[in-house]
Amino acid sequence: MANRESRHVMAAQPDPMVPHPYRVRRVQRETYDTFTLELEQANGAGGPPFAPGQFNMIYIYGVGEVPISISGDPAHSNALVHTVRAVGTVTKPMVGLKRGDMLGVRGPFGSSWPVEEARGSDVVIVAGGIGLAPLRPSLYYLLSHREAYGRVVLLYGARTPQDLLYTRELEEWRGRFDLEVGITVDAASGNWLGNVGVVTTLIPWARFEPSDTIAMVCGPEVMMRFTVQALQERGVPAENTFVSMERNMKCAVGFCGHCQFAPTFICKDGPVFRCDRMEQFLWKREI
Amino acid sequence: MQDLEPILAEHRFLKGLAPSYLQELVSCASNVRFEAGQYIFHQGEEANTFYAVRQGKVALEIFVPGRGGVVIQDVGEGDILGWSWLIPPHRWRFDARAAELTRALAFDGVCLRRKCEEDHDFGYELLRRFSEVITQRLEATRLQILDVYHG
Repeated sequence: MANRESRHVMAAQPDPMVPHPYRVRRVQRETYDTFTLELEQANGAGGPPFAPGQFNMIYIYGVGEVPISISGDPAHSNALVHTVRAVGTVTKPMVGLKRGDMLGVRGPFGSSWPVEEARGSDVVIVAGGIGLAPLRPSLYYLLSHREAYGRVVLLYGARTPQDLLYTRELEEWRGRFDLEVGITVDAASGNWLGNVGVVTTLIPWARFEPSDTIAMVCGPEVMMRFTVQALQERGVPAENTFVSMERNMKCAVGFCGHCQFAPTFICKDGPVFRCDRMEQFLWKREI
Repeated sequence: MQDLEPILAEHRFLKGLAPSYLQELVSCASNVRFEAGQYIFHQGEEANTFYAVRQGKVALEIFVPGRGGVVIQDVGEGDILGWSWLIPPHRWRFDARAAELTRALAFDGVCLRRKCEEDHDFGYELLRRFSEVITQRLEATRLQILDVYHG
């Protein structure tokens, strides 16, 4: 397991700096500030092949470009799927996108979750907030190759029940006998039947063999820090834990340096990193 | 009452406890069951019991006018419910409602407080275990306050 590495899959693309025109096929509202876009190429074709965990640069014409993780099924290339939270100068105008609108896409870029390397092991996916979006492709992959893995566990935390993404799919996943799903929120009204508490409180109770587990963690950095700590307390080695980092990515190919994080570039070397390589930086206050 | 000892010994909170201490606890323990939706205690009521949850889930709530009961935490199998019996003024700080059918061991706090005063070693061991639970809950609450999911 010590040699497990995240993989890089670069799309065959003549110039990674040139956006390709894509058309909005569908917009799905997820929460009050989060929505999922289904895109198709201008010629009607679907999206390029990608590996779970990779991201695209989405260009809103006349506004700007922003890195967004791919949240769709890697086995279904008929559409390119992105889940977006409207928080910034580019993502807020994206709320107004509707079927038929055009935007530019560069990618896919970056490293991916170690779904191939995890074969034969238990897999624990820990997501916080919109962090479920970059992890959803890996869950699709694991479920479509279910016999290749041991126990598969999804632990998902959000602020409130209204902040949960993909609620219909969460219901389907909870109904499966070959997937353990733990969902928790920070606060809820009395009619909420799920857990209440931060996502780290689910880790001691989840059923997996810590010494033979690959953990994939995505969420805000403060959530990932405490999750990594809880996983280690449970016995999951840092070299078997993977995190997805987020920084201000601009070029997405390691030229500009905007997303430099200590000795690495998030866009080129990440966003998915093996935890033992990033752990010292996760706890560094100045970063 | 003797047949409760193996059940106590298996509970996560009490694992590894010396047999003599388990005996002390058994003499203050009983099996209880709560139906889904049943309130176990209410804020402000006298707190003279704690529960070791064996099965099910209990929601800790704060009543907010206009919003009703807001769930702030839940405790499940292997968890401890309630430490107000240990700390003056021995009043519950929250409401506790069984979110589903819940089975637990109930411990008489008055009985235990007396035993703790009589045997300080036993009292220290119990307090040490409760301190761990309180610390874990405090850390979890701090993370909730941090609003970790919005970065």
